[in-house]
Amino acid sequence: MTNSPSTAPLLDVRNLSVQFTTRGGTVTVLDDISFTLERGERISFVGESGCGKSMTALALMGLLPAMGRVSGGQVLFKGEDLTTASPARLRRLRGNEISMIFQEPMTSLNPVFTIGQQISEVLRLHRGVDNAEARDRSVELLQAVRIPDAAARVDDYPHQLSGGQRQRVMIAIALACEPEILIADEPTTALDVTVQAEIFALLRDLGAKLDTAIILITHDMGAVAQMSERMLVMYAGRRVEEGQVANVIKAPAHPYTRGLIACVPHITSDVDALVDTLPEIDGIVPPITRFGRDECLFAPRCAKAADECWSAKPQQSDIAGHSSHSVSCWHPFGTEGSR
Amino acid sequence: MKPAADSAPRRGAEIVDKAQHPLREMVVMFLANRAAMVASIVLSIVVLAAIFGPMLHPVDPFEMVWAPFTPPGQEGFVLGTDYLGRDMLAALLNGGRVSLTIGLVAALMSVFIGISFGALAGFYRGLVEEVLMRITEFFQVLPTLLFSMVIVALFGASLEVVTIAIGVVSWTAVARITRAEFLRIRELEYVTASRAAGASNVTLMTRVILPNALPPIIVQAALMVGSAILFEAGLAFLGLSDPNVVSWGQIIGSNRPYILDAGFTVTIPGLAIFVTVLSISLIGDGLNDALNPKLRAR
Repeated sequence: MTNSPSTAPLLDVRNLSVQFTTRGGTVTVLDDISFTLERGERISFVGESGCGKSMTALALMGLLPAMGRVSGGQVLFKGEDLTTASPARLRRLRGNEISMIFQEPMTSLNPVFTIGQQISEVLRLHRGVDNAEARDRSVELLQAVRIPDAAARVDDYPHQLSGGQRQRVMIAIALACEPEILIADEPTTALDVTVQAEIFALLRDLGAKLDTAIILITHDMGAVAQMSERMLVMYAGRRVEEGQVANVIKAPAHPYTRGLIACVPHITSDVDALVDTLPEIDGIVPPITRFGRDECLFAPRCAKAADECWSAKPQQSDIAGHSSHSVSCWHPFGTEGSR
Repeated sequence: MKPAADSAPRRGAEIVDKAQHPLREMVVMFLANRAAMVASIVLSIVVLAAIFGPMLHPVDPFEMVWAPFTPPGQEGFVLGTDYLGRDMLAALLNGGRVSLTIGLVAALMSVFIGISFGALAGFYRGLVEEVLMRITEFFQVLPTLLFSMVIVALFGASLEVVTIAIGVVSWTAVARITRAEFLRIRELEYVTASRAAGASNVTLMTRVILPNALPPIIVQAALMVGSAILFEAGLAFLGLSDPNVVSWGQIIGSNRPYILDAGFTVTIPGLAIFVTVLSISLIGDGLNDALNPKLRAR
């Protein structure tokens, strides 16, 4: 973890809003998202499916689907606003200074090219290296992501690799140009649990070695604890809570965060012990058409919902005693002494 | 649960995997298809005959060499003579050159036009797709034979015009297949991943999506060579092909009035067309099996 308080943060997202134009009208998919990321820092975005985590990542990369557009705010990467950057500029950044790996390693590699060709492609594109050099570097990268017998496997096609190995290749591609930021969008969801831990360890080690900041998108609290220093909880396109992972997990302030953490099953030593029903958060994420309204979007699922929750959007407030721990809730936990 | 299948090198599996290189697998599948194999041999003979035949049998197909309607095998004429006493064998060999060339070039042309239209429409969607697909539909609903006749009538019955006329009327199927493949593949994750790695639209279309879209296009292209040969035969039969060159259809067309007196003058070129087009279709079928991953033994 490197702190450079004197200079501007590596990534400074300010009040980012994204709208989709659908047949039913305009919907706000991301509503006023702000966060900062320092060089080499690791942050997690947490939330249920459809909360806008992946959309935030795509907005950072300038890869929003055709119906989406940034309707407000800025994405400042080293002081440069990416929301107004030209397509050519964004192409030069993508894969070079900001990289991304995806959820499905099985389908994220092009099936008709060898993995070596695919790593070389990004090196040629951004580094302008020749074929022989790209190949040598590809082997080095495969070794770096701990693929055994890398020199031989560089000529393999994706279908010859296992899921975990393919995700390693994706990581090799993403880190080929030693980017400043790596966005990992649920990188282990499709993998075995044992492989998950290896992938996380690999990401941590390589991130630290290259001083690459990592944005992890996940709904897995275990992954958050393993991977990040800070976490940002999202709900219905809004940031509901942000803070140091230890603080948030120990004392979640937002009812939604609290629910998410309560949902994680705990393994008990006594397998015969009567296990209580796993808690769940009742209800579902509101339909996207409700996103962006001036109300607390979690209110329908919240036990503490009161009149003001239905009539106005809660503002962000800092939590006393915890540095940089903030919550957007009318009735956060902690303030009235619960837990 | 497979324990640590990820990090442990699977030696045995690796050897099997190496043997299943996609291309090799495809060749194996193709070779296993007996009909396609026979068709390949037959087509090779036809192609070789068209290339080397005129050299081995150097007779001008337009020269009157003997009495008209000499039956095959008599007077030293293997395939007989036509209504003007011209050597049928020479006509068949020279005509083969023309028919195969037209088939190949017209098919290449329609593949090129079809891929361009289909790729742009499928990749960009929206207005581009609307416009391009409406143009495609316009060509699709035109009566193809009539349209190519109009082109030939307007620009003259030369070999080039006939080839272009065939290419221009037969690219729509390729365009639709290409578009469908692009629509499917553009949503796949490796396209997004390539985009996230900084690939430009041109790179995505030509280097990422197109190679994956090729299998059905290759099959269609193979079949199109056959249909282009048929098409040329149809035009030539109607007297709309280049009168200065012999093609199979043209032999049939010019001998048509004598079909009852000397059936062989029509039957022989007809058989040549039949055998060639059938071989091409069977090869196309074999390619389809070989390129279709669902039919591959996994």
